[in-house]
Amino acid sequence: MSGTFVGMPAFPAAARDAVHDPTLRATLRHATHTIRDKRARAVAELPDWQRLREAGKRVKDHTLRHLDRYLLQLEESVVLAGGTVHWAADADEANRIVADLVKATGEREVVKVKSMATQEIGLNEALAAEGITAYETDLAELIVQLGHDRPSHILVPAIHRNRGEIRDIFRAEMGAWGRPAPDGLGDSPAELAEAARLHLREKFLRARVGVSGANFMVAETGTLVVLESEGNGRMCLTLPETLISVVGIEKTVPTWRDLEIFLQTLPRSSTAERMNPYTSMWTGTADGDGPSVFHLVLLDNGRTDTLADEVGRQALRCIRCSACLNVCPVYERAGGHAYGSVYPGPIGAILSPQLRGTTSEIDASLPYASSLCGACYEVCPVAIDIPEVLVHLRERVARQGGPGHRVEKAAMKAASWAMDRPAVLAAAERAATRTRRLHLARLPGAGAWTAERELPRIPEKSFRDWWKEREE
Amino acid sequence: MRVALFVTCVNDALYPATGIATVRLLERLGVEVDFPPAQTCCGQAQYNTGYRHETEPLVRRMGTVFEGYDHVVTPSGSCAAMVRENYPRIARRAAAEGRGDGLGAIADSLVPRVHELSEFLVDVLGVTDVGAYFPHTVTYHPSCHGLRTLGLGERPRRLLEAVRGLELRELPGAEECCGFGGTFALKNPDVSAAMGADKADHALATGAEVLCGADSSCLMHLDGILRRRGSPLRPLHLAEILAATEGEPHV
Repeated sequence: MSGTFVGMPAFPAAARDAVHDPTLRATLRHATHTIRDKRARAVAELPDWQRLREAGKRVKDHTLRHLDRYLLQLEESVVLAGGTVHWAADADEANRIVADLVKATGEREVVKVKSMATQEIGLNEALAAEGITAYETDLAELIVQLGHDRPSHILVPAIHRNRGEIRDIFRAEMGAWGRPAPDGLGDSPAELAEAARLHLREKFLRARVGVSGANFMVAETGTLVVLESEGNGRMCLTLPETLISVVGIEKTVPTWRDLEIFLQTLPRSSTAERMNPYTSMWTGTADGDGPSVFHLVLLDNGRTDTLADEVGRQALRCIRCSACLNVCPVYERAGGHAYGSVYPGPIGAILSPQLRGTTSEIDASLPYASSLCGACYEVCPVAIDIPEVLVHLRERVARQGGPGHRVEKAAMKAASWAMDRPAVLAAAERAATRTRRLHLARLPGAGAWTAERELPRIPEKSFRDWWKEREE
Repeated sequence: MRVALFVTCVNDALYPATGIATVRLLERLGVEVDFPPAQTCCGQAQYNTGYRHETEPLVRRMGTVFEGYDHVVTPSGSCAAMVRENYPRIARRAAAEGRGDGLGAIADSLVPRVHELSEFLVDVLGVTDVGAYFPHTVTYHPSCHGLRTLGLGERPRRLLEAVRGLELRELPGAEECCGFGGTFALKNPDVSAAMGADKADHALATGAEVLCGADSSCLMHLDGILRRRGSPLRPLHLAEILAATEGEPHV
């Protein structure tokens, strides 16, 4: 089963393993640098990229400001088109709704198109507890599921696995889930894809219930939209009799026309493609075409709380392209698992602590999992100022206190006090220079710094003392 | 033209040579520089660690200290970015929380007057050839805040390219963060050191003698890594290179 992230250690400890795993580091570096370079080329092709970015930001901000109104309009449109709408305040409620809907069909298995919302709420585990098996059909999700693993990237959940590892997982695990891997399976991309195709085809043709997420929901028409690359989504959305879509409320856009922006910015930002191979749209139900029963579960799970925070709410603009992960130097070294959430990387560092709160050790550490270099903000196609939100959340964590923060708060207050008194600062500098020959290169107390770095040398004289002597 | 030097707390206490070089360079270009001794720190460390309230008195101090100067020059991209990007933000939040008195005016007044050194040289003084002489191979690391928040662009490189005797070598992955990030280096030591190690590797691969930057805190972090390795590659602030001349070479 794809495990959950409960009880994760804080980010610095979780990141340490990845930092010291040379294979993982090399795999991640290669993958993120390849996608980042391709993305830069795909974006550079559009002369109006900055305007598209601004337009996307504005549409999302407008929708979020009036989300109550647009959600009601969406509900009305979906119902009018023959669908049923369910409102879920949290993960438990959403899981219960989906489990009851599946049980009502009498089925014991569902096929899933990659959906982060269902991972966020742990739907697969909740269904398993009710005796229902959920089959992931996205290739990377399949690898993660068969490997009893957790996703580590928004777009490429198995980015931490190389081809050899994937072949081994297929050989060892496919048989327990359905059609086994072909004899003598090699590790070429074509062979691995064919093995997954054969394995999954059986599931698509047998399944009578599909579960999906959505990239967008159009309020005026009640249309849901999924963008994907492999065609598995198209299979899950059209073959089953019953389709259940679980979608975060922030995925709403007001009008059909708004898609014009995001269908340009999302593929280029995520897979560096001008257009993604499959864009599937469904509006309620239609006789003799696709599922005859359609349920939409609208998921809150911390989103309205996030909406109430005027700085933090911009995180809800996210269209899950993962461009920020691919340029993040911290993600590149720490890997996705260290973030302890289905949302890793810079966006995860601001989304998870807002959706889940900052009470757990991992959530309190996430706002600090960044050097604030700003590369994430620069590439974000909806201009989320991730560094701004990180600092804002650090303030929240610092205020709430906890281990380490009492000492830190005292130190910060002392620093501000001294920095507001130039004479105190000058005296401290003089004390440091007078004792400079006594300073050790590796301080026992500064272990974190000196483990792999020398401390700076204290100069003979501060600048202000040089200036003072010069003026005299 | 009344010009003040904002030397920054890191340069004042740890890298006075950067401040001294900035003064010599500006005076050579005919600028009369003042150093108001009541200056201390821009508050970046406190702000970025989540102590916004503790930053407010330092914003006020910056406002008072640099009142009346036409330009405030600083040899630190990240400190200039702190003023330009975050002072208006701090003022807005304080006002919203009922502590606004005067902070907004201070921010509005400081933002257009605070310049990072290369901005001041290129944009205000209009020079790219500052008459420097530095006969060494140099590779340049554009620190994140200078690169992204201030948008320094080609300014530092154009200044370096005009230095006589200097051979500029491309730094692979130049736009990637060195891993310092203020308290990030303390809170996430493993990731920070891994980022620094990669930056050091890239710089060493250029074969340059000098690793130049315009932010002493990034250089401090990289210097710590390079010295631990016993590497001969020498981190040096842009100001020190630009201050060097045939008559007064850098030692």
